[in-house]
Amino acid sequence: MARRIPLSPQAQAVLAAMPSRRTVLRGALAGGAFAVAGGALAACGTKGTNGNTAGPSAGPLCTVADLSATERKVAFSNWPAYMDEDEKNAEVHPTLVAFKAKTGIDVSYTADINDNNEFYGKIRSQLAACQPIDRDIVVFTDWMAATFIRNGFAAKFNPDKVATFAKNLAPTLRSRQFDPNMEYAAPWQSGLTGIGVNTGVTKEVRTVDELLTRPDLKGKVTCLTEMRDTMGFMLMSNGKDPGNFTTADFDAALEKLKAAVASGQIRRFTGNDYVQDLAKGDIAACIAWSGDVIQLGFENDKIKLVTPDEGMMLWSDNMLIPITSPHAANAMALIDYYYDPKVAAELAAFVNYVCPVAGAQEEMVKIDPDLAQNPLIFPNAEMQAKIKIFKPLTEAEEKEYTGKFQAAIGA
Amino acid sequence: MAALLPTASGTPAAATEIPVEPPAGMRRRRWIPYALLAPGLLWLAVFFVYPVFQLVMASLWDPSGSVETGYTFTWAFSNYADAWEMFHVQFLRSLWYAFITTVVCVALGYPLAYAIAIKGGRWKNLMLVGVIAPFFTSYLVRTYSWKAILSDSGPVVDFLKWVHILGPDGRLLATEFAVIAGLVYNFLPFMVLPLYASLDKLDTRLLEAARDLYHGPVRSFFRVTLPLSMPGVIAGTLLTFIPAAGDYVNAQLLGGPNTQMIGSVIQSRFLVVNDYPIASALSVMLMVTILVLVTVYVSTAGTEEVV
Repeated sequence: MARRIPLSPQAQAVLAAMPSRRTVLRGALAGGAFAVAGGALAACGTKGTNGNTAGPSAGPLCTVADLSATERKVAFSNWPAYMDEDEKNAEVHPTLVAFKAKTGIDVSYTADINDNNEFYGKIRSQLAACQPIDRDIVVFTDWMAATFIRNGFAAKFNPDKVATFAKNLAPTLRSRQFDPNMEYAAPWQSGLTGIGVNTGVTKEVRTVDELLTRPDLKGKVTCLTEMRDTMGFMLMSNGKDPGNFTTADFDAALEKLKAAVASGQIRRFTGNDYVQDLAKGDIAACIAWSGDVIQLGFENDKIKLVTPDEGMMLWSDNMLIPITSPHAANAMALIDYYYDPKVAAELAAFVNYVCPVAGAQEEMVKIDPDLAQNPLIFPNAEMQAKIKIFKPLTEAEEKEYTGKFQAAIGA
Repeated sequence: MAALLPTASGTPAAATEIPVEPPAGMRRRRWIPYALLAPGLLWLAVFFVYPVFQLVMASLWDPSGSVETGYTFTWAFSNYADAWEMFHVQFLRSLWYAFITTVVCVALGYPLAYAIAIKGGRWKNLMLVGVIAPFFTSYLVRTYSWKAILSDSGPVVDFLKWVHILGPDGRLLATEFAVIAGLVYNFLPFMVLPLYASLDKLDTRLLEAARDLYHGPVRSFFRVTLPLSMPGVIAGTLLTFIPAAGDYVNAQLLGGPNTQMIGSVIQSRFLVVNDYPIASALSVMLMVTILVLVTVYVSTAGTEEVV
């Protein structure tokens, strides 16, 4: 939840009660998702939804005429609180207004993605049947972007139309295994996962092992329900690289987590809702997302994001063009626009996540010199050396690991 | 539900009417009741029978399938054994929590309903509004409020520490207590309302009669009031136990990893892991278990109006 304006505790409590990006209550809040699950049960057994079993290499699922030249518009679906807002009217997004002025392309922007699984479920069967989904850009987190591309649902970028993207994408994000040639996925924002500490309640925490074993933290630690974030740390604390590990490594790391659950060290597994508890001091330390903790730090300087000695996890939310988009060229123009360092800096100054655009830091100096020096928005060399990215999983691995992890956290 | 409403006498309506041959004109219109039933039956078929059938089928899919590669129907009864093996702890825990919740709700709800129905007088409606008013706020928001109430630095914990019920490191959140407290709070109105409906119809002349026959207050309660309010007790316990056993919001928000209920497991298997066979097997197991428990309970409790 990227929020710019410090909110009152009451307002925050209300926000926390609303569907947030990575909330635990995926299904509870997003009742629509049940319809998704129901849809998948609609036959005696199901056909695979992977319409293109050979993956993107087998060529596109279908071809759609590009109407970009005549229809000067593009439909963009994104996560909530992920776009700059005008001070007076939150419905107005200055960077999008500037885009229209520059290109004449009208953007219809909707913040209707709350959950990767839910949103993917909503559009999956239409894409598999080659039907339009009325969206030209959708945003998925790395692992779901990988699935999206693997199933052949992502349209390939035209290199001529995304030259700025090709030039300015941050070096750390260039050779991602699910999109090695930067053909399908353009990071919108990235985030770091580290350890959030309320130093008003406890002394600093340096390592994941401290988090899992220090007696004074017992019952005052939370971890994330997002498997990759939590298990990334468990793997790192076992000396393994989350970018490259075996099933045995995963199982060993999971045992470590289970032991901490059984001993009562870990109080809960949370989505975004750790934010309130950390601020109140009910929890002393937790695995946390950078954007959240930066925001909390503005309000309470006792709350800090610690880079554990083992390292930090980096994830990205990626812009993808669905295969059935009739405005792919417009979508590419929009993607390219956000890789202009000036635009990227304007956006990053608002959302406070890790900016994936090289050169934006120099532009940020002009907007807010403090933010430009924040390694959690613009990771410095020292930080970059500690960043780890979770390896891409096959669907079978995904099911196995998520299944084991969910069982370990009691759900 | 009509059958759950108590009659004043506590006996079933007379079921021994003598069949009368309908006149010829009536006989031709025998299809009318069926036509009137049709929309309801269609509704049930589409939104209940078919989904349940699908759920049972899905619970027998080959567990090695996946959303992307598809699932095949293989009569994989092993799903049930696997589901039990993996999640019996949460399964039994859910039933246990639901049981405790129901008991606490009866203990709290009966006196409350009695007070409203018998002693409420002109405050009756206001008291009823007091019971129903929480429904005007969303279930989730109310449960979140419990997080604030039970918070480590909140008044309840502070008080319990002050009177040394809780140790200096004690807390309520993320414990069984918090989960059950949330369940009791959320389901108490479901207990109070049927009890109220039952007690409100109580003929107070029967209590007078009991007094005339030298029953003290305790005996007249157990011999008159309680038996006559049994339909309310049964309806209330069912309305509390069944949803409480399947609830997952309270465990999710107020509990910790060691207090999760089966609802959370089913939700996460369906929506996070995408493991449809196990999730379906767990759902079927939960439905059947509750059905069996309820049937046994209702037939043992033995009021004919309910069954």
